[in-house]
Amino acid sequence: MVKVNGEPLDIAGKTIAEYLATTNYDMKRIATELNGDIIPKATYADTVLKDGDSIEIVSFVGGG
Amino acid sequence: MIPTKEEWNNALEERHGKELHRAFSSATVAVCGLGGLGSNIAIALARAGVGRLILIDFDRVDITNLHRQQYKATQIGMYKTVALAENLKEIAPYISLEIHTERITEDNVLTLLKDADIICEAFDDAECKAMLMEIVLTEMRDKYLVAASGMAGLYDANRIKTRKVTSRFYLCGDEESDVADGIGLVSSRVMICAAHEAHTVLRILASNFEELRGKDNE
Repeated sequence: MVKVNGEPLDIAGKTIAEYLATTNYDMKRIATELNGDIIPKATYADTVLKDGDSIEIVSFVGGG
Repeated sequence: MIPTKEEWNNALEERHGKELHRAFSSATVAVCGLGGLGSNIAIALARAGVGRLILIDFDRVDITNLHRQQYKATQIGMYKTVALAENLKEIAPYISLEIHTERITEDNVLTLLKDADIICEAFDDAECKAMLMEIVLTEMRDKYLVAASGMAGLYDANRIKTRKVTSRFYLCGDEESDVADGIGLVSSRVMICAAHEAHTVLRILASNFEELRGKDNE
């Protein structure tokens, strides 16, 4: 199981890019943290999620 | 009559204590974007005695900004960097200011922010927010980033929170209310979010100082 924003999901073995493709996130408005580190967008396609990983997707909204 | 620099520092030391005043006054904080968030963050930090601010914005003061941003009707048309520097110097005459009147991009961000201890993200645009977050947290790993997402509208003020996402990244806001929906930004709610950001900066500076003091006592 991989925790995504606190919720356990059965996505171990997928890359971050593969997982994100199944969601509605706007890629330009998000940043992704994996086990405490921010993952550059350029490496989403190479980063494979493992059992026990914890991933957090921060999705920004406009205004300031 | 403007007080002397000595009188100024003495007043802040009396308020915050010598060591906390030193932690604030020796800090450099960058404010990226000088709109409703950035102008309010800068004023709060200047009042608290933060020693040096790096202020970055490409835009000019517009009449449509005055309902929430800390500028004056007489400043319409001025660059926000110049107008805010003027206002900050009236509030805190001895603060050190570095202003950059340009757009922050992937190409200049490392140079613009290299001297900052803590970086405040105060952009309007969600894509710019995400860009700054990724670059600062992957390429400037010695810095702290305090960012904001979700402060539009007249929704409950108490939904705006500060969340520690990683050891060096804090996110303020309700993470939902987008400026594109509803009535846009309202001064009081933007100020709350700006105050969360400024307060987080001061807490980071204070905790670093406490860590140092802890080490001194060992």
